[in-house]
Amino acid sequence: MKSMMIITTALVILSFIVDRKKTIKGIKKGLKQFLKILPTILSVIIIISIVLFFVSDEILIEYLGEEAGIGAYVSAAAVGSVSLIPGFIAYPLAGILVQSGVSYSVIAVFITTLMMVGILTIPIEARYFGFKTTIIRNALSFFGAIIVGTLMAFIYYLI
Amino acid sequence: MKALLRKHRFDFPIIIAFVMFVGSSFYFHYNPGIQILKDNFWMFFKEMIIMLPLMFVLIGLFDVWIPKERIQKHIGEASGVKGMFLVMLLAFIQAGPLYVAFPVAYLLWKKGCSPLNVFIYISAFTTAKIPMITFEIGFLGLKFSLLRILITIPVFILIGIIMGRYFKRNDCKINEG
Repeated sequence: MKSMMIITTALVILSFIVDRKKTIKGIKKGLKQFLKILPTILSVIIIISIVLFFVSDEILIEYLGEEAGIGAYVSAAAVGSVSLIPGFIAYPLAGILVQSGVSYSVIAVFITTLMMVGILTIPIEARYFGFKTTIIRNALSFFGAIIVGTLMAFIYYLI
Repeated sequence: MKALLRKHRFDFPIIIAFVMFVGSSFYFHYNPGIQILKDNFWMFFKEMIIMLPLMFVLIGLFDVWIPKERIQKHIGEASGVKGMFLVMLLAFIQAGPLYVAFPVAYLLWKKGCSPLNVFIYISAFTTAKIPMITFEIGFLGLKFSLLRILITIPVFILIGIIMGRYFKRNDCKINEG
């Protein structure tokens, strides 16, 4: 986050030195887009905060920690698709899951769906891509994540 | 104003309800409500309110400085493998939640990036952002991380190809948000 602040500030200053008018126009354009999407993002993070309150770490461990089998994959994919957990929480959690006996392939499904499929962020994505395209992309990514997990199951324990 | 209200007809009621809920939670000392605000909402809000304006300022600058022909040449229809590689690289060095990728995708598309590369960009963004990878290696190990990325890249290229075809065939477009 810090590096991004530095980069942005540096580029704004540089741009300002080269062309003042253009810089102001660019910043205005960007911030206008930001304000336009802000309400949608706010309402999405409100929903996510509430969902996350009900889905605690303990519940995740309980569902994903089932004895390996199709069940664990299904719940990993389902939980991963619905939640939007930032990486700095998701990875430590995944680490705990592995230690408590969850297989790496289940974790791979969880991580991949977590990142590629965003059911709760569909309202934001649909603003840009339209509803149909958004659904198709998420559905494809969901199956893609299952494929990744299956391949991980075969390869990870082979090498 | 009216158009704005109509566009966000679901968002404003949610925001207002949440503000009222949190306000009364504090008033009545209702703990779950306070917890939702402090533990969950605040974490996402902080990330968003710092990250997004910076992101959009960069997008705005990019918009006024980089000419369309440039983008078209490097990541447009005829850019091939090199174009794919470039958008992946752009995605890998970024950080933040998935929703910051969408406005960038819009800008790239507006500047002449091919649909295939737009979708490759989105998938790459979700798969292997460098700031996240360091985290992943720390908690799950190098072997897991490398394998996952190596397996995921061909899968998301395939998804990009399918999405790109679908996008073109149906004459889709990406909106400003």
